[in-house]
Amino acid sequence: MGARNNTWIAYLFLTPVIVVMALLVFYPLLQGIAYSFSNMNQYNMGSKFAPPSWEFIGLNNYINLFSTITEPDSVFRDVLIQTLIWTFVNVFFHFVIGLGLALLLNRNLKGRGLYRMVLMVPWAVPSFVAAFSWTWMYNETYGVFNLVLQKLGFSPIPWLGDSFWAMVSVILVNIWLGVPFMMITLLGGLQSIPQSLYEAARVDGASAWRQFWTITLPLLKPVASTATVLGVIWTFNLFNVIFLVTRGGPVRSTEILVTYAYREAFLNWNFGVACTYGVVILSFLLAFTIFYQRLLKANSNEGVYY
Amino acid sequence: MQQSNWWVHLLLLLASAIAVFPVLWILSTSFKPRAEVFSTELDFLPKTFTWENYVHVLTRSDGIFWQWMGNSLLVAVFTALIGLALSTTAAYALSRFRFAGRGAFHYGIFLTQMFPGALLIVPLYKLVDSLGLLNHYLGLILAYCTVAVPFSVMMLKSFFDTIPYELEEAARVDGLSHFGTFYRVVLPLSLPGITVTAFYSFITAWNEFLIALTFMSDQNMYTLPIGLQQFVNQFNTDWHYMAAGAIIVTLPILLVFLIAQRYIISGLTSGGTKG
Repeated sequence: MGARNNTWIAYLFLTPVIVVMALLVFYPLLQGIAYSFSNMNQYNMGSKFAPPSWEFIGLNNYINLFSTITEPDSVFRDVLIQTLIWTFVNVFFHFVIGLGLALLLNRNLKGRGLYRMVLMVPWAVPSFVAAFSWTWMYNETYGVFNLVLQKLGFSPIPWLGDSFWAMVSVILVNIWLGVPFMMITLLGGLQSIPQSLYEAARVDGASAWRQFWTITLPLLKPVASTATVLGVIWTFNLFNVIFLVTRGGPVRSTEILVTYAYREAFLNWNFGVACTYGVVILSFLLAFTIFYQRLLKANSNEGVYY
Repeated sequence: MQQSNWWVHLLLLLASAIAVFPVLWILSTSFKPRAEVFSTELDFLPKTFTWENYVHVLTRSDGIFWQWMGNSLLVAVFTALIGLALSTTAAYALSRFRFAGRGAFHYGIFLTQMFPGALLIVPLYKLVDSLGLLNHYLGLILAYCTVAVPFSVMMLKSFFDTIPYELEEAARVDGLSHFGTFYRVVLPLSLPGITVTAFYSFITAWNEFLIALTFMSDQNMYTLPIGLQQFVNQFNTDWHYMAAGAIIVTLPILLVFLIAQRYIISGLTSGGTKG
């Protein structure tokens, strides 16, 4: 509507971004994919003193990852499973709690603006500060959680010292961090649903529960699905929380693909292997996004709008 | 709209308490003397109120904290400015023109959200290293632009979409060129959106941890997130100093965020972009 067709000026306007993205994002991406087929590490990558001596080793990095997957002590499999648990549990609770709070905030109630502002605080806190703060609260001896537990007569919990509790701990931190985005996005979606639909439903005698399932959820779907896709992508790729709270420990029990890729790259200096992890992550996310979009398209005629 | 009842307030109060507790807890910790911080007594407020932790953080090692803050500010400001400079025209073109490859460009920008830092960081590290820019502001700014530029394009496009096209048509009738319309009509009208986008790029750079940790190994070049790590040792952590440092880093951002929340929300939800 009203848009212009002067193509040359559009391309002129786009040129700076295209050049920068090509040089800084897409070219490095292709390089990264290429390195995943190499044995590059800190010593053979080349420097002022020695020419690069790394070589392409075909699919060896991939074979090394996937061939161990059935062995009992496969690091890759453990990390993969932990990544899936981490992503699913986080996004599930982000969505459920975010939707619950959005529904509460969508009511006509006193102090709504104030509640919304306070509930947004976790979003405004830098994730590394949140990680510090929670790590301190999880402290086994002086942390506030264990002090409260002991005051109430329970025994203290080894929050970060036990593989199960460590996973619970990092997930709790990230749920806290991620709920506001979901809440605000879903609230925006709720507010765009026309009130007349609910009025008509009430005239027809539909219960609040039925209104929720037949009006609210179907009409929220476009917003909810976009927010969920983004939530999955960000959570899958989220580095700060796990790295700062547990460093992937104890004994790799909270390591996910991105933190492990970083460990391979800058603690073990295996750049080739790290890039292999990167390609695996990218493939998962692409597959997920395509699959999810298909799924949504297949179900997209279910609405009650018409 | 239903009448609100007590249980709605109860749930919202509970959620609000959970939302602010971690921040209030480090705020309280930051004013406690060391002995109270490392104590098994449960005290929600400091028994002896002290500024000592803040004084220590700001003055230790000849005030290196100020150096880190300066580094963080410099890198974040330039990331935001470069992000804006490159992306405003592109976002405008995406919002207003129909051209071959528009869909592909849009999808390419969305795809960048998916690229794992783990895959980009190695080639970027090599690139920055070969340019001799490790431990240099420019190296970090370049790396942050990989996130800031596509993000700014997505956000600004959603702001430009809200400006009525008729205004530009009128300007064109009055004889302004394409660039004239863009600079004299569109840019002034979208100033709130541009400010919010810049603020967001600023925050992303201000908070970034992984790349800064990898690229900046010289203590004088640390940004704040890496600098704060100095209080974490292998065996114990100076939580009282850490808390004071964390509050100094968080407070300015938190205040701006809460004051400007209306604009920030509208930009993010309409663009469906990164949070």
